[in-house]
Amino acid sequence: MKPAKVAITHVVLTLVALMFVLPFLWMLTTSLKPISETMTSPPRWIPSVFQVHNYPDAILYGREQVGYIPFLVYARNTIVITILTIIGAVVSNSLVAYAFARLNWPGRDLFFGVTLATMMVPFPVTMVPSFALFKWLGWVGTFKPLWVPAYLGSAFSIFLLRQFFLKIPKELSEAAKIDGASEFQTFTDIILPLAKPALVVVALFALMGSWNDFLGPLIYLVDQSSFTLSLGLQAYQTQHGGTPWNLLMAASVLVILPIILVFIFAQKAFIQGIATSGGK
Amino acid sequence: MNRRTEARIGILFAMPWILGFTLLMLYPLVSSFITSFTSFSVLKPPTFIGPQNYVELARDQVFKDSVVNTLLYTIGAVPLSTVAAIALAMLLNTKVKGMAFYRTLFFLPTLVPMVAQATLFLWVFNGDYGLLNAGLRGVGVNPPNWLGDPSWAKWTLILISAWGCGHAMIIYLAGLQDVPQSLYEAAEIDGAGSWAKTKNITIPMISPVILFNVIMGIIGSIQVFAIPQVMFPGGAPARSTYMFAMYLYDNAFRFQRMGYASAMGWVMFLFILLLTLGALKYSDKHVHYETS
Repeated sequence: MKPAKVAITHVVLTLVALMFVLPFLWMLTTSLKPISETMTSPPRWIPSVFQVHNYPDAILYGREQVGYIPFLVYARNTIVITILTIIGAVVSNSLVAYAFARLNWPGRDLFFGVTLATMMVPFPVTMVPSFALFKWLGWVGTFKPLWVPAYLGSAFSIFLLRQFFLKIPKELSEAAKIDGASEFQTFTDIILPLAKPALVVVALFALMGSWNDFLGPLIYLVDQSSFTLSLGLQAYQTQHGGTPWNLLMAASVLVILPIILVFIFAQKAFIQGIATSGGK
Repeated sequence: MNRRTEARIGILFAMPWILGFTLLMLYPLVSSFITSFTSFSVLKPPTFIGPQNYVELARDQVFKDSVVNTLLYTIGAVPLSTVAAIALAMLLNTKVKGMAFYRTLFFLPTLVPMVAQATLFLWVFNGDYGLLNAGLRGVGVNPPNWLGDPSWAKWTLILISAWGCGHAMIIYLAGLQDVPQSLYEAAEIDGAGSWAKTKNITIPMISPVILFNVIMGIIGSIQVFAIPQVMFPGGAPARSTYMFAMYLYDNAFRFQRMGYASAMGWVMFLFILLLTLGALKYSDKHVHYETS
């Protein structure tokens, strides 16, 4: 490329990048301002003092009120649900994908087609009967409706792992079986170690799905002490008669930070996983 | 291993999903279809009322408003996000230095949980002290009241959806990297400019990826819930942001009209099927598949 063209590309990229990044910076700087400086026009980017105590204040906000729930309780609830979900997603989807990719059983291919088609079914269609089912089980108000389904597989992750398993040479499993390995041993000792990158992707998607979920907790969690971060953040915004913006932004930073940290450590798997999901 | 043993082991491995599919997909689908012909609140058992729920939907002005809002949002959000994602992917694909860095920046917004996005953008779009209006005033534009004006509130949601186009961008980028370089070289010999190359090589070559992303975009947009629910409780202002899924949720869990909500769910499913089929039909003529 000509140098002029390279320069123009960089200018355009920088401008667009600013549009994507400015909201983050705005959130960060607001979270460190004294409340008076959040409401100035034109806004100031650099706070006169970096009010780091906004963060503990955000966590403890509303503590003088009746029925106060500390923000950290929401964080603990979210972490519990997320970890249970990740384990369930990795275990169940790898088993099922193995059945679809490497084993012969009647109806397999038809069932796989149906499985793919279920990705088009919008959640609201199945929402009411699922709620009735969990209500009948006595699970409404507990975490169970939010993590137990992860142990029963999900179409998208099954698809992703199946594609990966298909690429592993058949000879490897055959060799293991000649050595006397059972099907389950072949799965755990040969296939799973080779599929680690794909398993990481499934774990990441499960993490994102669970950490982000809003509708699920909104439907199934009743008691405010069982709320997740998403519900908690919404409660923050509406319940205390309007939380101050600087504290609300500090709370938002705390909700986002864990995901960003995970992304930094697993960036490659993330990007590859998403690229693969586009049907490649 | 004989075939019967293998079949048994196969079904055993697939068992989690056989259960999941039956209990959390097949049963709810059948059940919600039946429920859609009943009057049903969780407190009272359902009573059969025939197609009355569907008849009522056809007359329900709030329902019609929510459908129109959702379709308008979809018509705005899907094309804007698609164009933005493709443009960004093409910029990144020019192999400039720092590509990985830019890619990370464009991708970051998709990591932000919906409720945190909603909270953040309530502040960014704030009429008085928000970042966006400060910027617009800075360049001499009299800024709109994004959150309070019914004709602007939908645009707020559409712009937020474009901020999250990084996910699709990654998929496009992967698609672009698969386009054989030789095609471009051949076109250059024939004297093709960059617009001609984009139109005649790039877009046709990534058209299957575009189709995939557009369909996923439609499915997601029709179900849009969390961000409008948090940013615009009750679909304020003037019901201009009251979406299909919000009205459905309200019927199921606030008004305790689960039969009516189930009928809405099936109508939503039908919308998604029709739009997907429409996209596939349209793509028959326009999507290029490599014959390999």
